[in-house]
Amino acid sequence: MLIYDISRPGRRAFAQAPYREPSADSLPRRFRRQSPPRLPQVSELEVVRHYTRLSQKNFSIDTHFYPLGSCTMKYNPRGANQLAMLPQFLGRHPLAPDTHGQGVLACLYELQQELAVVTGMDEVALSVMAGAQGELAGVAMIRAYHEARGDTARTEILVPDAAHGTNPATATMCGYKVREIPTGADGDVDMAALDTALGPQTAGIMLTNPSTVGVFERRIQEIAARVHEAGGLLYYDGANLNAILGKARPGDMGFDVIHLNLHKTFSTPHGGGGPGAGAVGVNQRLLPYLPLPRVGQEKGDRYRWLTEADCPESIGRLGTFGGNIGILLRAYAYLRMLGRDGMVRVADYSTLSANYLMKRLQAEGFTVAYPERRASHEFIVSLKKEAKELGVNAMDFAKRLLDLGYHAPTTYFPLLIPEALLIEPTETESKRELDGFVEAMVRIRKEAEEDPDAVKGAPYRLPVRRLDDVRAARDLDLRWEEHS
Amino acid sequence: MPFVPHTPEEIQEMLDTIGVERLDELFDEIPSALLGAQLDAIPEGMGEMEVAQLMRARAAQDVPLTCFAGAGAYEHHIPAAVWEVTTRGEFYSAYTPYQAEASQGTLQQIYEFQTMISELTGLYAANASLYDGATALAEAVLMAVRANRKVKSKRVLIPRSVHPRYRQVVETVVTAQGIELIDAPLDDTVGRVDAEALGRFEDQPFAAVVIPQPNFFGALEEVDRLTDWAHGLGALAIGVCNPVALAVLSPPGEWGSAGVDIVCGEGQPLGIPLASGGPYFGYMATRKEHVRQLPGRVVGRTVDLDGRTGFTLTLQAREQHIRRSKATSNICTNQGLMATAATIYMALLGSEGLARVAAMCHERTRELVQRLTAIDGVERLYDGPFFHEVPLRLPRPAAEVLKQLAAHGVLGGYDLGRDYAELGSVLLVCATEMRTSAEIDHYAALLQEILHGDAAVARSSG
Amino acid sequence: MTQVPNDLKYTQNHEWVRLEGDGQVTIGVTDHAQESLGDLVFVEPPEAGAIVRAEEACAVVESVKAASDVYTPVSGEVVEINETLADSPELINTDPYGEGWIMRIQLADASELDTLLDAAAYQELIADEG
Repeated sequence: MLIYDISRPGRRAFAQAPYREPSADSLPRRFRRQSPPRLPQVSELEVVRHYTRLSQKNFSIDTHFYPLGSCTMKYNPRGANQLAMLPQFLGRHPLAPDTHGQGVLACLYELQQELAVVTGMDEVALSVMAGAQGELAGVAMIRAYHEARGDTARTEILVPDAAHGTNPATATMCGYKVREIPTGADGDVDMAALDTALGPQTAGIMLTNPSTVGVFERRIQEIAARVHEAGGLLYYDGANLNAILGKARPGDMGFDVIHLNLHKTFSTPHGGGGPGAGAVGVNQRLLPYLPLPRVGQEKGDRYRWLTEADCPESIGRLGTFGGNIGILLRAYAYLRMLGRDGMVRVADYSTLSANYLMKRLQAEGFTVAYPERRASHEFIVSLKKEAKELGVNAMDFAKRLLDLGYHAPTTYFPLLIPEALLIEPTETESKRELDGFVEAMVRIRKEAEEDPDAVKGAPYRLPVRRLDDVRAARDLDLRWEEHS
Repeated sequence: MPFVPHTPEEIQEMLDTIGVERLDELFDEIPSALLGAQLDAIPEGMGEMEVAQLMRARAAQDVPLTCFAGAGAYEHHIPAAVWEVTTRGEFYSAYTPYQAEASQGTLQQIYEFQTMISELTGLYAANASLYDGATALAEAVLMAVRANRKVKSKRVLIPRSVHPRYRQVVETVVTAQGIELIDAPLDDTVGRVDAEALGRFEDQPFAAVVIPQPNFFGALEEVDRLTDWAHGLGALAIGVCNPVALAVLSPPGEWGSAGVDIVCGEGQPLGIPLASGGPYFGYMATRKEHVRQLPGRVVGRTVDLDGRTGFTLTLQAREQHIRRSKATSNICTNQGLMATAATIYMALLGSEGLARVAAMCHERTRELVQRLTAIDGVERLYDGPFFHEVPLRLPRPAAEVLKQLAAHGVLGGYDLGRDYAELGSVLLVCATEMRTSAEIDHYAALLQEILHGDAAVARSSG
Repeated sequence: MTQVPNDLKYTQNHEWVRLEGDGQVTIGVTDHAQESLGDLVFVEPPEAGAIVRAEEACAVVESVKAASDVYTPVSGEVVEINETLADSPELINTDPYGEGWIMRIQLADASELDTLLDAAAYQELIADEG
């Protein structure tokens, strides 16, 4: 039932519009619309009930274990939400003077400083609104650095073949050619292939560490040395920072520029797709190019937005105002609750959970992609054997997991592992949930042995069964029509 | 241990299962030189109560101002139900709806959002949101250059009446791809694109022409004429619109004889709090023929195995997780929860409510302008129709006046001189439906006093 | 069983090429390619009249889970495109070597055909990919 299906002409949420009917007659007729947009005509209760019911058709962290690899679906503290929504924070216009925003600016400044410390970078800018935008800012800074040195022959960005799709997409947006580096059999970057790829055309390399295959890149210092020797810079994709938060720092590994997904590591909500925040950090080399605005501190603990006048070499602005400030305030509240001791525990227990879950699934006979390696905060199970022997693939397992009350892990990523489930339990899930997940996986395999078609038909207990994606793409239906 | 649930016994059991004695051993693949980060500069952890005390004290420093500023962010009434429902955990803490069967709530809500945006704009296909208005325009420019098959140009005409921050962001995002942005001049009497001066661009190919409505100065552009002119050159037309204004202004899909090809803009006026600048969301819609060039997520309606209606992300082969270096954009995370709030806002307001809000903004702004221009030396910079913002010339430097107004609790507008030095001392003022006559009177009295040291005159002249 | 007709030539990228005998060739994607892509939902053809060079990506075939470039193995002018694919991309799934053809090219340099694989060599290639 769409909100449009309960709409009736003449009905309104009468409390929610100006009572008096104002006149727009002084707008010249040629600018005015001739017929009103068809928005729903519904009462306030109907709206509240409709969207409350819709929400109940979702899985979410608040309702389900959500072991989505590379997404760090951990608990989003309610306290952080409430504090970010204090009325003074919500009510402040972005162009209000800095003198009337010292509270919010102080929080943002401290967040900048503390993120710099925990990542080992020299400065951090917060205005970037998502991970992919952080990548864009980072690669744009790499470009600005080479251009400022007159080093304009660098046309390539290196990206591991298992990287997130945003990495190559970003490099292209920044005008670079993408060159893929294969992953070795042990899960680390293939060093020989790296050597072949490096050259005077190399602008930089984008790496995630721990990598997208769920292991720590052990030769990272050597990689950094070789890339720097070739004149390139190193970009750190912060998608997996949760695994090493407070333990090891990208700055110490030799990275020149990083982005953080505050909606992963710093526990801000995913909101059904966003908003996130993609803070970027740099070392001295890239400092002049940081995106604007960021918060500066003046004498007497006064704070203000830095602008083009302060940072003339900046790559510029990536949003109308200062970024997703409400999200940054949530990250700030979370960070203050954790403190330095709590940050280390994030790495400790997210890694503990992942290794525990990996060992238990292995003991139950599932194949893990890199059994000789430690898991980081995530690991890959390959269902190649099950797919071949039982005819039940990773997608079927994923859909049946939904029936059993577990959100599916990330499926079919990274592509180089066949029938991959990338599993990230996070530090906030209890042992009981982890054990329940193992039981569910075992149960599904047993079901597949007995009646594979039943598993292939899953899910059965959700609002809909498997959807016809092909029809959705061939016969596009992207909006309601009056008589559809 | 904040947010870690394990008891010491459970930790021991987990370590035993793994076959290690201590947590440290789990990090034995990390080179030892990299371990042991120095975190002394980060404070100790605190409980929620202490963090609340800290942040409440911080919030108390941010003295609220009566808001007469717009310039890209607008203070509208937000029905209580909008955020009560939006922050339900099932919306708030859900991931991107890749597992469609477990995300029907978010997916259907996005489908309804797409419908509402399509209705407001008059274009068929909307996406699920972009970061904000400025980045939406940057994406629209990239999209237009991809989609324009007739004119293989990388030049885009973007007038100076487009929000200056938008123009800066577009420049940051698109120049690496060799796209050239060309200024279109303004008509100084009315504060909009100088249609007479466009002739000199006619011998040059453009992939797209950007048309704001209302423009940054609050003025209404001659959108029909500009759209037809763009199409006459073989360029695509990109509308940039305030969505609340579209409740009363003609939809971009109907501008000129064919309508624009892409429309985008800032979604904040649709139920999103000011919040110092974010999170907001960008919206975008296009004609059906260009739908495969859209950036970002799109939801489609389909059926399940039993023939029941359901919703799913569609056209995903455009996106970075499949198309990688050839994707239409690198965008992944968008501003989903803001679009949820906007959907609920639009459902609550309906077209009648939204039109009342828009008309009320216009009426309040007329009253504001009337009151302020009654003050000696304060006058409108431009003639011509406006929506809910107007530039006013002041007899004293705007920055200085704003400072004094703020000291008296009023955010008096935006100093246009920051971006248009040639205009001199000009304040861009705005009044939404939230501003009362009493607040407008108070502002006028304050300004009178600041400019002329006499509050009484302002009262009697009104 | 994947079909590899004997009378066609093939590329490493899983396109097939039929020599039409009048200096023109017809190009499509192989049965193996359509199988691994899954149900096709969209085809973006080149423009008729376009001049293309060998190894150039000039069309895109798109399924729900993947999008793949189609490379022309030969240089020349695109003389015809398969218009029916716009509404019926599934023809590539149901009849990849017949009604699912993508484009016809007027050869500029016949010697480019020499680099193509014959059916046996292509069989071997897809067997190796396993």
